[in-house]
Amino acid sequence: MTSREGILAALRAAAAPAAPLPTGSLEPVRYPDPAARLAEAVAAVGGALLRVDGPAALAAGVSALAQRLGARRVASEVPEAGPGTVALGALDDPHQLEGIELAVLPGAFAVAETGAVWLPGAALRLRALFVIAEHLALVVRADALVNDMHAAYARLRFEGPGFGVFIAGPSKTADIEQALVIGAHGARSCTVFLLG
Amino acid sequence: MSRPARPEAQGADHPARAALFTADAERTRWHDAALWAVRVKRDRMAAELPEWEALRERAAAIKAHARGRLADYLEQFEREASARGAQVHWARDAEEHNRIVHGILAERGLTRLVKSKSMLTEECHLNGYLETRGVEVIDTDLGERIVQLAGEPPSHIVLPAIHKKRAEVGELFHRTIGTAAGASDPAYLTGAARVHLREKFLAAQAGLTGVNFAVAETGGVVVCTNEGNADMGTALPPVHIACMGVEKIVPRLEDLAVFVRLLARSATGQPITTYTSHFHGPRPGGELHVVIVDNGRSRLLAEEAFRGALACIRCGACMNTCPVFRRSGGHSYGFTIPGPIGSVLAPGRDPQAHLSLPFASSLCGSCDDVCPVRIPLHDQLLERRRQLATGPVRGLFWKRLLMRVMGVVLGARPLYLAGGWGARLALRRAPRWLLYNRWNAWGRRRELPAAPAESFRAAWRSRRRDGQQGDRGGAPAGAPGRPR
Repeated sequence: MTSREGILAALRAAAAPAAPLPTGSLEPVRYPDPAARLAEAVAAVGGALLRVDGPAALAAGVSALAQRLGARRVASEVPEAGPGTVALGALDDPHQLEGIELAVLPGAFAVAETGAVWLPGAALRLRALFVIAEHLALVVRADALVNDMHAAYARLRFEGPGFGVFIAGPSKTADIEQALVIGAHGARSCTVFLLG
Repeated sequence: MSRPARPEAQGADHPARAALFTADAERTRWHDAALWAVRVKRDRMAAELPEWEALRERAAAIKAHARGRLADYLEQFEREASARGAQVHWARDAEEHNRIVHGILAERGLTRLVKSKSMLTEECHLNGYLETRGVEVIDTDLGERIVQLAGEPPSHIVLPAIHKKRAEVGELFHRTIGTAAGASDPAYLTGAARVHLREKFLAAQAGLTGVNFAVAETGGVVVCTNEGNADMGTALPPVHIACMGVEKIVPRLEDLAVFVRLLARSATGQPITTYTSHFHGPRPGGELHVVIVDNGRSRLLAEEAFRGALACIRCGACMNTCPVFRRSGGHSYGFTIPGPIGSVLAPGRDPQAHLSLPFASSLCGSCDDVCPVRIPLHDQLLERRRQLATGPVRGLFWKRLLMRVMGVVLGARPLYLAGGWGARLALRRAPRWLLYNRWNAWGRRRELPAAPAESFRAAWRSRRRDGQQGDRGGAPAGAPGRPR
């Protein structure tokens, strides 16, 4: 018997009595103003949210952010936000991303409940960009806002291979005496641009 | 860097190990307060959601359902994961798990591995196994890196270095990664660790992660971190190895919403972890290996009274709330998973070695109240005690004897009355050496209460007499109760 067969047989022999798989909505809390709740939630997880009304304002906002952060090496996967200063198309090894100071990435939608933004891996030529960059800007369309995590997962599909991540604020740790420190391994700051 | 012999190998006596921890009263107070603060944050998060209890109930129901069909769901997971390009491996025990992981590395000639948090690999003692075979293993979660550099096991499953003070971390980092002497600022030390570990990430040839949830429906694995170390470790090197226990399966993608909402709120009082990463197959040009491990879980599944413990999502909430854990520290448990859940799990693996753990509880039930998947922890702890007391283990002579004596005394009224009289007399008259000795664990750090003037029965009788005479004004003089 292979280990696989052995484990499956042991689990079948020991299986708990059948219990129904629960279905139906849990009726999660509803936020009357999801955009306002999102701003609160993003702040609560250590990020910042900026509303911009169009591509011009977005590009200006990103450029102001880069200036404030002193970021010269800017990589952008969002054409409306400007081209950045790093030619991502020329890179084929994630190690070449080390040293990027600001990454501007397209979030597919944001979740009002948690302040998380869904970043599909397909939007990135090199997946490491979202975590290796010193600072992060996530661009989300204002109409791509869901109330809660249940609604968020209802939007997701994983038909084929692929990666995706919910990002809520900057990287953080409290592993030394429970003192919160922003910027553990990933981004030291996370700005969400809500577009439109 | 190999860690010293694990405490579980030594067989842990919880009270003796707890005494080592509590010998530093200041540290004990700090540890207690720090974990309680996490519990308070968790409460605040839970209170924000009116549907909190419904969520817990839903999570418990999904896990109960999955326990009835684990084999089916694992097969479905394997099918879907393979269809997306992942390679699925099966390991019956720790040894096989370690052999598989080492095999993946050795076949490709890889000797530099970065790891994000995985309690399963702690359970299997993977680090030592790989290190003796020439693989450099770097734990990349900051807390895990701290304990790895210190040569210790984690003391908490979510906060691995919670037992260390900042000055100790500063001293450790000064010695090991060259931070400034005397520096102990957490932001400075975290920054230094970031630089040190960034080098390790960039040099790594493979990344290993645990698995928070595996989805049968889509064949994906989900990993949650705040630091981003799982993402660094899987996005830079081309080989990703994800190790999971068989119980990590959830049936559907939509079930993730339930567990993701519960996990970080219960663990650290955050609405969600910073990164919740979903891996479906390898990244282009890379490899994803998923190692599915039994290592005693099917045995636990067969134990009707304890199988519910397989629902655990390793949030650590039961530890943060436990009055015993908070005051005795995770190392006092001498098991990979400490606290109430560990005390349920450990005797299932080795009842003799972990004899003291089910007794490391006041059975207050606080763990049940915070458990996001509603494991009836204090019932299970009590059941473990019963199982141990009636089983073949050695070392419970005095407990068994005391319980037998108590059974006789409580079952016979004259003995009970005489016992009460004797105890009141002893409290008043007996010399200290007779009352405070090695048999009196309670009195080791505390004074015994003052003896009441009369027994409860006598007080009750006189109260009723007074009541019949129309005097209902308060308790009779000398009533037992309030300590003065």
